[in-house]
Amino acid sequence: MSAFLDAAKERFPTGQDLVALVAIWAVLLTVPFWLPLLGGYTALASKVLVFGLAAMGLNMLLGFTGVLSFGHAAYFGLGAYGAGLTLRYLVHSTPLAMLAGTLFGGLAGTLFGMLIVRRRGVYFAMCTIAFGQLWYYLAYSWNDFTGGFDGLRDFHREPIGFGPLTFDITQGETRFYFFLLAVFAAAAGLMGLLLRSPFGRTLLAIRENERRARFLGIPVERHIWLSFSFSCFIAALAGTLYALLNNFADPLTLHYSLSGYFVVMTVTGGMRTFWGPLVGAALFVLLQDYISSMTVNWMFYIGLMFIVVVLFFPRGLLGMRRRTQPAGKARSS
Amino acid sequence: MWQVVLFNVTNGLIIGAFYVLMALGLSLILNLSNVINFAHGNFLALGGYLAYTLSPTLGYWGALLISPLLTALLGVAVERLMIRRIYNRDPVYSLLLTFGLAFVIQDASRYIWGPNGLPMGLPDMLAQPITPDLFFITWYRVFMVTIVIVAIVGLFAFLRHTRVGLRIRAGTFDLETVATLGVNVRNLRTFNFAVGCLLAGLSGVLAAGQIGLNPNMGDDLLMPSFIAIIVGGVGSLVGTLFGGLLIGMAAAITTVFYPAASEAVIYAILMAVLLIRPRGLLGEEGMFS
Repeated sequence: MSAFLDAAKERFPTGQDLVALVAIWAVLLTVPFWLPLLGGYTALASKVLVFGLAAMGLNMLLGFTGVLSFGHAAYFGLGAYGAGLTLRYLVHSTPLAMLAGTLFGGLAGTLFGMLIVRRRGVYFAMCTIAFGQLWYYLAYSWNDFTGGFDGLRDFHREPIGFGPLTFDITQGETRFYFFLLAVFAAAAGLMGLLLRSPFGRTLLAIRENERRARFLGIPVERHIWLSFSFSCFIAALAGTLYALLNNFADPLTLHYSLSGYFVVMTVTGGMRTFWGPLVGAALFVLLQDYISSMTVNWMFYIGLMFIVVVLFFPRGLLGMRRRTQPAGKARSS
Repeated sequence: MWQVVLFNVTNGLIIGAFYVLMALGLSLILNLSNVINFAHGNFLALGGYLAYTLSPTLGYWGALLISPLLTALLGVAVERLMIRRIYNRDPVYSLLLTFGLAFVIQDASRYIWGPNGLPMGLPDMLAQPITPDLFFITWYRVFMVTIVIVAIVGLFAFLRHTRVGLRIRAGTFDLETVATLGVNVRNLRTFNFAVGCLLAGLSGVLAAGQIGLNPNMGDDLLMPSFIAIIVGGVGSLVGTLFGGLLIGMAAAITTVFYPAASEAVIYAILMAVLLIRPRGLLGEEGMFS
């Protein structure tokens, strides 16, 4: 019942939701102007956008389909390497690099999804972790091509041309931030539309009661596979943006630690909410930046944050608004 | 040539033995509690470090005996304080919890014992090669493999022939029924978690003598252990045993011919198993699917 009410609420946004939406976009649009005044820097906001996008992509699967992937860093990293390798070896074009990276990561996820779509719960998660590490070792050991442990360097983002107009994103952090924001907005809009479509409703139905969905004739495996694939494409897109942001692709973007970060961002923000992962990403990136500037033992505090979130705030920041829904409950069947 | 092959096969056996010991502990916890213990590699490191600290006072043999038990005790504390609270929740929470725990333990051991590698002293008699010809087979390696075999045989005998072991095996299939029959499932899970940590601690002490100590010594063993479990089949401890040996040997034999691919071959096996036999070599159909 509560799921139905939630669904109805998502279709007809309440006044409160509209206020939240306006607030989120107001913050996103003005961040580069006030963040430096608070002692931050614009690249930090860019990082939040990129990680937030990846976590929102993961949340399509985790929060809205009820399937746990603990290996999304693989697709993020493949996107980053795809974009970097394209720029370095093939063609000096930012849009083509983004396309290549997104396709590379997304298709890898799509193919792998076919293998594991019948698994559930921790077993599914374990397969995603193990498969993700494959790419880490590959990038790590294929030195000549990927730069190995040092990461892939010697490429940089290129100005984008629209016919006679050229948008130069190579200079100026603020300008690049707004480029990221435009891509982010398009991807977020796509995700929002998808969730409101019959396909998105079906994903919610699978999350709430898989067996019932199956009895209703919904091809559950195919829907989970498509959701996994879509979320991999979004993660890969975010990865390409990350490579462009740093002009660098790091093997650690493929490591399972980053997958863990994406999951903790999603849970901290609230995994049953659309904007939760972005809020979680903001909190995580700022906290990590702050703690690692204070102490070398930042891993200890980040780990402690994981534990505190799990034990005391399992619904996440935005999830706390909805007390009525039993969020932390295990899926039956 | 035959020496190179023998050298790598020996290495494969030893690495495989570590994979098996680590994966069996993980598998025990996964089967009964449905929790993937990301911190397992850090319990392994703790076992090694505890032995390092204790061996000046207790001697090597005392440390070998005591530090796995201490690791198990720490496991009990962790299970009681944290992991027990999330058994009935979505698996995402247990993964995040143990993942955070891994970070905390790793940084704590770095803080206590320092970031640099430490050597683990061995008794003189173990450090000798068996014969000058086969310089790479030290008594320590023989000793390690023996201990691992004893531990595995002990574990299987315990699970098969004791009442608690029977309950653990039964709980793997149907925990609710076991609880209905009057078994204290809470204590059973705590005990089971402790046994898993005991195995991790034991492999830590053994690994310390071979590769030395550092705060992330368990990390390289964690991923192959996951793969050993998937390849062997989730839910089957015998499967885990064979899975660990299989990927250890496969990696070692690949090293002879093409060292760069020794990691890749493990993942190739994983892919092949997921494609051809998704439940794993000895896995039960229907578990976790």
